[in-house]
Amino acid sequence: MAQNEARDAILARIRSSIKQSRIGFDPPSAPMERNYQRLGSRDSKERVELFAERLREYDARVTFTTPPDLCDSIGQVMGKVQSHTQAPRAPFWIVADGFPAGWLPSQQSIRWESSATVDDLNRCAGVLTICSVGIAITGTIVLQHGQGEGKRQTTLIPDRHLCVIRTAQIVETVPEAFDRLATAATHPLTFISGPSATADIEMTRIRGVHGPRQLDVFLLGE
Amino acid sequence: MTVRVGDSASAPSFQKAALPLLDDSQLRKNVRHATEVIQRKRALVAGELPDWQALRDAASAIKERTLLRLDEYLLQFEAACTAAGGRVHWARDAEEANRIVIDLVREQDAAEVLKIKTMTSDETGLNRALEERGIHPHETDLAELIVQLGKDRPSHIVVPALHKNRSQVREIFREQMHLPNLGDSPQDLTDAARRYLRERFLRVKTAIGGANFLIAETGSVCIVESEGNGRMCLTMPDTLILLAGIEKIIPTFRDLEVFLQLLPRSATGERMNPYNSIWTGVHPGDGPRNFHVVLLDNGRSPILADDEARQTLQCIRCGACLNTCPVYRQTGGHAYGSTYAGPIGAILTPQLQNLQHAQSLPYASSLCGACYEVCPVKINIPEVLIHLRGRITREQHSSLKPEALGMRIVASVFRSRRRLETAHRLAQLGQKPFVSDGWIRRLPGELSAWTNVRDLRAIPKQSFRQWWKETHHGAK
Repeated sequence: MAQNEARDAILARIRSSIKQSRIGFDPPSAPMERNYQRLGSRDSKERVELFAERLREYDARVTFTTPPDLCDSIGQVMGKVQSHTQAPRAPFWIVADGFPAGWLPSQQSIRWESSATVDDLNRCAGVLTICSVGIAITGTIVLQHGQGEGKRQTTLIPDRHLCVIRTAQIVETVPEAFDRLATAATHPLTFISGPSATADIEMTRIRGVHGPRQLDVFLLGE
Repeated sequence: MTVRVGDSASAPSFQKAALPLLDDSQLRKNVRHATEVIQRKRALVAGELPDWQALRDAASAIKERTLLRLDEYLLQFEAACTAAGGRVHWARDAEEANRIVIDLVREQDAAEVLKIKTMTSDETGLNRALEERGIHPHETDLAELIVQLGKDRPSHIVVPALHKNRSQVREIFREQMHLPNLGDSPQDLTDAARRYLRERFLRVKTAIGGANFLIAETGSVCIVESEGNGRMCLTMPDTLILLAGIEKIIPTFRDLEVFLQLLPRSATGERMNPYNSIWTGVHPGDGPRNFHVVLLDNGRSPILADDEARQTLQCIRCGACLNTCPVYRQTGGHAYGSTYAGPIGAILTPQLQNLQHAQSLPYASSLCGACYEVCPVKINIPEVLIHLRGRITREQHSSLKPEALGMRIVASVFRSRRRLETAHRLAQLGQKPFVSDGWIRRLPGELSAWTNVRDLRAIPKQSFRQWWKETHHGAK
């Protein structure tokens, strides 16, 4: 009851305020102008290079690779991490459900997301996913959390996020990314630009507050 | 209905509150450093985009048009969010909002809640209200955690603890987290916060936050953040409650492409902040099962009627106007006595309260216009400041305060040539004891308010009219 009362009161107040205003009598009739840049101007090679450069500026690590080499590239990055890990138990990696099984390196200990607990996410060496879109100008990867991209918490709790992106998924501008995402507007979406960070203490950028401290991106050429 | 904006109603005037802060050299050093760093980064990345001005124009037009049909967009949002499994609540004022949130928390039998940084909850005084009901809120944004553990007040919209330096933060964390050997590098301090909060993220099942954008078309919410504490709160708990001002609505998903370019560059000087989350209602198997949005009016709807000041509600809380403001940069945020500091606070806080409180804030500006230049949604803050000064003056005009009385006498003198010339002659004689070298440096009584902070040029021996009469005798 009180809820309907509050809702009606707020809406009535809004309507009466708009009616009282000059512009309420004479709202702008011309269609809104969107004169900002929609499309990028770089060719695909420049676009991919810019994407890699921007990711590196955020302290993300970028590996250029090709379909036949992808397995090895992932295995190499995972191997380096393992040798640095001093966990008492053997390190293991979480892989998002739906991640192409053929891309998995064979020597690594792997656990699929669907069989992992929150505790596993907290203890694993890292998580491996694909993504939906990359934005070159901002160095952003976008997850729409479908097959192979993991649930939202799967790419959040682990200490390291390994993400594979096909170069064809990289666009140059933010509006181009929204064109690609138009059909996914009601999916959960996460835009990730570099590892979790803060500059709350004396504006010094510190990597890794609550999200992954390391972000590794594999750029998969055609 | 009682509108409340933090503790603004009981705060001293800006001019009074600013004085002790100006003597705090550590605070001024911290504020100067932080605002300089952000300003420099902002200028760099804003300058990088050739279409920056076109983006500002688009953002301003989207917000302006949304406000003119705000009722329709709110209803559209409510319908879409509800259809996606969310629940929408409406709160006329701060107290109603707090009551709704507390009832929802109690439905979960929760004794503690996680919080994502939200200015709106500071506006309604939610933390205090929760604690009074025995519910402990854990702030999870690093800066808000510093503020909460230090029993302090936020001083900036985006970087609430920017008035503290590393050793001050270390002292707070040492004591409150019981870490006697904590180092003072930002890395040590951030690691301490990560460990302190991780356990809470995994344990506490209810979270409260705000919203950067509510999308009418889809019923989706967008939250923009850096640390991942937002993502933790949005995905780990069973219950998520968001408190958002009604002006946070944008019409379509596509409109985000404008704001997600402007907001990070303006707020932190990044091309994109580390994390943006967009989601719609409840996503089965991923994230909270109970999702609530509380739409807060708290003095916003009346502002829509004011054609000059309505633009205040276009604000996307980037904080760029604070960083660039020569007044904020001297005093920091606490002098404003409100949740919202700086130029945007100076126009928002008094308007939310129908000019009944915070009347000194529109005067806390030199009207230099720097805030307008950096504003990503083109709020003409100087114009609104002057407009509000006018409204405040008109409301006080009929009062018997000495200043209002004095102003009325001055107005009457200026209306008549004869009276002005007489006043001029009298002042010429009367000023004699106070003039030295053509300057008046100290005036007695009420008039001393002027000369306490500035010198006044003496009234010259001859007025322009007298000079004209003498040198152009007979000329018309």
